[in-house]
Amino acid sequence: MKALVSVKRVVDYNVRVQVKSDGSGVITEGVKHSMNPFDEIAMEEAVRLKEKGKLTEIVAITIGGAKNEETLRSALAFGADRAIHIKEEGDVQPLTAARAFAAALKKEGAQVFFAGKQAIDDDANQTGQMVAALLDIAQATFASKVELDGGKAVVTREVDAGLETLEVDLPAVITTDLRLNEPRYLKLPDIMKAKKKPIETVTFADLGVEKGAALTISKTSAPPKRSKGIMVKTVDELVSALKSKGLV
Amino acid sequence: MSKILVIGEISDGKLNSGTAKVVAAAAQIKGDITVALFGADVSAAAADAAKLDGVTKVLKIESAANANPLAAVYAPQIVELAAGYSHVLFPGTAFGKDTAPRVAARLGVQQVSDIMVAHSPTSFDRPTYAGNAIVTVEAPAAPAIVATVRLASFTAVGSSANAAIESASSSAALPSHTRFVKLEAQKSERPDLQAAARVVSGGRALGSSDAFKIIYSLADKMGAAVGASRAAVDSGYVPNDMQVGQTGKIIAPELYVAAGISGAIQHLAGIKDARTIVAINKDAEAPIFEVADFGLVADLFTAVPELEGKL
Repeated sequence: MKALVSVKRVVDYNVRVQVKSDGSGVITEGVKHSMNPFDEIAMEEAVRLKEKGKLTEIVAITIGGAKNEETLRSALAFGADRAIHIKEEGDVQPLTAARAFAAALKKEGAQVFFAGKQAIDDDANQTGQMVAALLDIAQATFASKVELDGGKAVVTREVDAGLETLEVDLPAVITTDLRLNEPRYLKLPDIMKAKKKPIETVTFADLGVEKGAALTISKTSAPPKRSKGIMVKTVDELVSALKSKGLV
Repeated sequence: MSKILVIGEISDGKLNSGTAKVVAAAAQIKGDITVALFGADVSAAAADAAKLDGVTKVLKIESAANANPLAAVYAPQIVELAAGYSHVLFPGTAFGKDTAPRVAARLGVQQVSDIMVAHSPTSFDRPTYAGNAIVTVEAPAAPAIVATVRLASFTAVGSSANAAIESASSSAALPSHTRFVKLEAQKSERPDLQAAARVVSGGRALGSSDAFKIIYSLADKMGAAVGASRAAVDSGYVPNDMQVGQTGKIIAPELYVAAGISGAIQHLAGIKDARTIVAINKDAEAPIFEVADFGLVADLFTAVPELEGKL
């Protein structure tokens, strides 16, 4: 059984992003990038399922410019068998990405599509659900536990009330949440081995996908800053400060 | 004029408090507001939704298939219902985030996630990069705008209205590929984290689930809900539904008390809209102090019980 895992190159989670002064976006030049942390969890889960014999092949897939090859090499170092690079330099919004992933999923005949529940750049939390909708297959989002069993998956999901368990028929989309697993640290031999694994390059046209209508971003601005408050020295001072503001 | 369909959320048989905030976002867009409720029996929630100021109609879509909120089952029905509406709005909750993209994709539209402000029927502000960059987006009006609403950005509308309640049925074909197994819900007598006026949160510094007792105890004294940082949840001190932050719950209480929380970017993303933030931390350099209105450098194991005693 084959799994397709989408991985996105994003500004590293430790970077404090700066908004450009002309409001045209955020500064990404000269800033550290890495694989979206939720996608690392998706990769890790696929690799563990393969190690358990539940999957036979893992294909990593990404959309973006030349630099995204780094992200695919990381995915291959995690343990993907091969990778697909959908080459596209421009802005790709979730529905467009989902159309391309859905086409690739069909072409590959993969039974599971793994993706992080959201990318930490646009924070959209849409693409996995859209892939499932376009193919009219099941989705299990925000997964914290995944069991594959024959033609089915049993997935525990993190929802607002607690933990929800779904049983879904395959093929299905599974998006991963923080506590599903702890991604492995990539070792040098695996990174070296990844350099020899194949990456296939395709375009939207190859997949028969049109980009379609998009949201227009007219402006990017910094959020209002919270002003630094007062440091109190004792609990008594804190209590009187809260009392004077009518908060307790 | 806009015709806005609000997809209400039901928790434990009752109308989720987030629905009144989604209606507030709809009121900002301006237009005729209908609330749709899906479930097996939604009469109690429908009665509450009908009271929400600005709502003109409540639609009940009741069936056995709708008993649990499965995105794959609700989406085709919402798509069918969406014909004739200019906007379909969902709460920015796990339910809304799960379901909205499935509807948007079926309608062939890009979705607007986490609306913070509606400048016009088609122009919205939304957060990116854990709230560190706010983008203003213009969405194509046709065929419809599908969006989730960032609940912390809106104040719930009042409940003095008396909208009509109607039943609707759906002829959409429903999939059988998704089956609900169970929900393990955390029962709590404390206020709901997302609706509470006061929240007390604990972080990694607590060190164990047993030590979290002092946080619960302070919260009970203050009538507050209890939250936690990702580190505390990851360490297993508290369940996942208590996580506050970029990928947990985004909250806007009047008073937020962070005890033993260092203040990672991801946590701060969840508390930016709190009116007043109090931070108690041993480390004077902790980033939480940069956003705190009142900061106290102290050992939480002595400061938290002392605070409880003096309130």
